[in-house]
Amino acid sequence: MNMSFSRAVFAATLLATTATAASALDISGAGATFPYPIYAKWADSYKKETGNGLNYQSIGSGGGIKQITARTVTFGATDMPLKPEDVEKNGFVQFPTVVGGDVPVVNLDGIAPGQLVLDGPTLANIFLGNIKTWDDAAIAKLNPGVKLPSDAIVIVHRADGSGTTFIFTDYLSKVSDDWKTKVGANTAVEWPAGVGAKGNEGVANNVTQTKGAIGYVEYAYAKQNKMTYTKMLNKDGKAVAPVAESFQAAAANADWTANPAFYQILTNQPGAASWPISGATFILIPKAPQDTAAAAEALKFFAWAYKNGGQAAAELDYVPMPATVVTAIEKAWDNVKDAAGKPVYSK
Amino acid sequence: MSDSMTMTEAQLPLSHSVRAATLSRFRLGDLLFRNATMLSAYGVLILLSGVIVSLIIGAAPALQQFGFGFLTSEKWNPVTENFGAFSPITGTLVTSFLAMLIAVPISTGIAVFLTELCPPALKRPLGIAIELLAGIPSIIYGIWGLFVLAPFLQTTVQPFLIHLFKPVPVLSSLFAGPPYGIGMLTASLILAVMVLPFITSIMRDVFETVPHVLKEAAYGIGCTTSEVVGSIVWPFTRVGVIGGIMLGLGRALGETMAVTFVIGNAHKLSTSLFAPGTTISATIANEFQEATGDLYTSSLIALGLILFIITFFVLAAARLLLVQLNKQAGK
Repeated sequence: MNMSFSRAVFAATLLATTATAASALDISGAGATFPYPIYAKWADSYKKETGNGLNYQSIGSGGGIKQITARTVTFGATDMPLKPEDVEKNGFVQFPTVVGGDVPVVNLDGIAPGQLVLDGPTLANIFLGNIKTWDDAAIAKLNPGVKLPSDAIVIVHRADGSGTTFIFTDYLSKVSDDWKTKVGANTAVEWPAGVGAKGNEGVANNVTQTKGAIGYVEYAYAKQNKMTYTKMLNKDGKAVAPVAESFQAAAANADWTANPAFYQILTNQPGAASWPISGATFILIPKAPQDTAAAAEALKFFAWAYKNGGQAAAELDYVPMPATVVTAIEKAWDNVKDAAGKPVYSK
Repeated sequence: MSDSMTMTEAQLPLSHSVRAATLSRFRLGDLLFRNATMLSAYGVLILLSGVIVSLIIGAAPALQQFGFGFLTSEKWNPVTENFGAFSPITGTLVTSFLAMLIAVPISTGIAVFLTELCPPALKRPLGIAIELLAGIPSIIYGIWGLFVLAPFLQTTVQPFLIHLFKPVPVLSSLFAGPPYGIGMLTASLILAVMVLPFITSIMRDVFETVPHVLKEAAYGIGCTTSEVVGSIVWPFTRVGVIGGIMLGLGRALGETMAVTFVIGNAHKLSTSLFAPGTTISATIANEFQEATGDLYTSSLIALGLILFIITFFVLAAARLLLVQLNKQAGK
């Protein structure tokens, strides 16, 4: 609870200071809570350099999509990317800003962080309620030499809708047909088993308190609270740990140019070093903005953030976008045009 | 005011016109006062109907889509957008009922002790303690429930009960494992602790209103304390007592934060009290912010409407009960 709380307070303080100082050009954004701390930190630094402020309301991805569809903000932010056809239909340009992801966390006697290895199908079977105890043959097969307790598995999932859940269930859907047909992927799903808790801190508390529990939390949360994470076998069959490099590998190995809306969910990506439960967070901006000056400023802000914000992102345990992807994103910005059909952003 | 009146009456003979002017000024004042209070009272009605109308409008898409099945379906699937309210409704009713089952006898005990048996030196500290308990914000109860009560239940009480009732047919399924710590029973216990001070302080206050002569007369003819409470205090105060219980029930039905922490938030029905469940208000609090899609949002608003109706019926039932009791008393 503490670290992510302090992160939020830190962000709130930053935004409060940026909000009070009136400026000539203020951009407004609304949406996902997951990237709020980094957007706030970027906004603070950006304001110091340029004098232009950003007012970002972290009202949740669903709210962000609603606000930008109603054009009440300059940009919307969402953890679950809109499908390319929806992006097209609503006249948006969609692009990713930072990478994060989920980490399975466990509470088992005598198991150190990173000692336990799981693969996708096993994880899906655990969350489906098919694997009921920790000494199940499927888990034992993946962990030769590890002494597994015979505790019952207690599943902890998110009770609130969340991009974290979307990434997790999307991964399980990709690796398990059973999961795909019975449960599916969304920000909230009908969980076949387990208890629900609100927020990353709720899941973390329940896992920490219950022997034999397994849950999933956002990467930064697991790292800052030094939780007992598991390693995962990725698509290439390699056991990887959830570290910044493995999230970045997943982002770098993804085929971002497959569609114009950057609709790419980073789960189960190829590459020996890729963490399989990764995901990016996205920005939505209208192709034909009503306030072209604000839209241009918003794009300038994100261009600045890609160029100068990597260090700040890393400090808050977000993973910056790989440089190759940034080039493609800035090219896509040409589609944001003013009334005369001229791109509002130029390098 | 009365001073000036007597002065005018004594010193000046009232001319007719002065009298009329004063009277009309009073009338104007009365009119203004009447309208101001009326407006406040009608404001409540307008507000209430506004809330009902907006709830109905918000809930309409879900109710049209699912019809009556919304009340009876246990499904709650945001992926396929198939929603049913059966498990939150059951969870709400079961946890509130259990909470009252625990809280009402204890509250009665406390109130009787405080008014009839308590040494005077203890009366104030106990009374203040109960009022302080009522003042604790619900989130504190939630955190306490999750960090203190749930682990305690999980490691001691629940394994014991599961073991104890294993051979008993019905109870074995009511107290079936695994012991999660959080679940329906934990939520009911927290709710009981939360409503206890409300019911107790109202009971104590109405018990105090019983005239001492009545009680002393009863004691005088040799009644025991329990007989005094049963035959004198209860008939005299039952309206207030039932009012207090209903207030507590109302709080239990709508309680959100504390329940969300300890109920487990699972849209599943189980015969076991140890299993995680959910309530209407916990579901709304958890899911409203990130509910994507109109049907999802509408279903959550429909849940709110159902809670509103349940609360309304509880209040109506309380009124009926009182009418019934008063009739009996009149016989």
